[in-house]
Amino acid sequence: MIRVVLPAHLRILARVDGEVKLQVDGPATLRSVLDALEAAYPPLGGTLRDYTTGQRRPFVRFFACEEDWSHESPDTPLPEAVATGAEPLLIVGAIAGG
Amino acid sequence: MSKVRVLVGTRKGAFVLASDGKRQRWEISGPHFGGWEIYHLKGSPVDPNRLYASQSTGWYGQLIQRSNDGGQTWEPVNNKFVYDGVTGTHQWYDGTPHPWEFKRVWHLEPSLNDPDTVYAGVEDAALFRSTDGGNSWHELAGLRGHGSGPRWQPGAGGMCLHTIVLDPTKPGRMFIAISAAGAFRSDDAGQTWQPINRGLVSQMMPDPTAEVGHCVHRIAMHRSRPNVLFMQKHWDVMRSDNAGDTWQEVSGNLPTDFGFVIDVHSHEPETIYVVPIKSDSEHYPPDGKLRVYRSRTGGNEWEELTQGLPQANCYVNVLRDAMAVDSLDKCGVYFGTTGGQVYASANAGDSWAPIARDLPGVLSVEVQTLS
Repeated sequence: MIRVVLPAHLRILARVDGEVKLQVDGPATLRSVLDALEAAYPPLGGTLRDYTTGQRRPFVRFFACEEDWSHESPDTPLPEAVATGAEPLLIVGAIAGG
Repeated sequence: MSKVRVLVGTRKGAFVLASDGKRQRWEISGPHFGGWEIYHLKGSPVDPNRLYASQSTGWYGQLIQRSNDGGQTWEPVNNKFVYDGVTGTHQWYDGTPHPWEFKRVWHLEPSLNDPDTVYAGVEDAALFRSTDGGNSWHELAGLRGHGSGPRWQPGAGGMCLHTIVLDPTKPGRMFIAISAAGAFRSDDAGQTWQPINRGLVSQMMPDPTAEVGHCVHRIAMHRSRPNVLFMQKHWDVMRSDNAGDTWQEVSGNLPTDFGFVIDVHSHEPETIYVVPIKSDSEHYPPDGKLRVYRSRTGGNEWEELTQGLPQANCYVNVLRDAMAVDSLDKCGVYFGTTGGQVYASANAGDSWAPIARDLPGVLSVEVQTLS
């Protein structure tokens, strides 16, 4: 199972507490994990990726194993520790303001 | 006894204010969706417990929420707003073509006869409709495809479709307004549209009387006379007596004819309200005095209404969707400010009192009169 940590606003929207656990078929990539996440929690559709372009929203970040994966290809395999559930994929609302 | 429910959208959530028909004591619930911008929420005229809310942030985009119990509980519905067909371009700030890009929903207008049908006015300007309670959205693409679309341009707040007015007597007739394209009318339920901007004069445009390009801020109508429309334009308060075919200025003795809101008394179709705002760029009340102006003659002759409103050091704004009326006798009038106050008058504007003082900046105010 892949573990995903959502930002607070999206935990409220998805009505979950703590981590989300997802079954992902095939290689664990950002795309496959986000697809599984949106399938399991439909209200999250469009909140992380633009519906039309499929692009990550500018203030959304993906962290894994203490590395920023936000700018990686969505089809790059995630670290083995994330794929095995040893480490979570962190979805973070970027700090923005002044 | 009648009750009143005031739906307030703010920069940081939605609030629901409730009172009995006396409109003296108010209970406030909220924030709903704390931390999110709520551009607008509104109830169905045929099922007052059915509410729709537009919820968005710069982080996570656009959501639509629906309530079936008057705002006590909410459920997210579909938030997929995809333009129909070839997206095309509109004019960007520098005059170059710019592709249409969905940003947010500014206004939700429930149908007058079906609680599951609701219209959404969006930025970049387009009109969407749902006929299944928000579970799916489809663009009424005839508006964007009218032919003048490539000449539309964003106002300072973006290129938004912010006003949707439904004609209660002619099924299929509706009016919309876009900043900064102007006003449009459809007589076939949104399939085809025509611009209705004849008589508008906008000196900031190269051609001040062009067919499109006018910065219309708000349009209001009284249900009993749907051919009479009132408009607060960027500058100028206007009226039309022929469903928008032609407009005439009725700014009269207003201290400034700039403003955002305009609304009509619920029982007197010639009594209208505006809140004059100093501009360009200041966007606060002239002389630091928050004044509502009322005309009982459908414009031109205006009286200032100040009782209960701050008359010194007040520098808030009242945004375009932030005024509404109830249908009690006497007519209640409500408006919200960017300073987080919601003011109410239970006597058609003669006197005012804040019913909420310290909310986040108010984006929209709607009122439901409940039996």
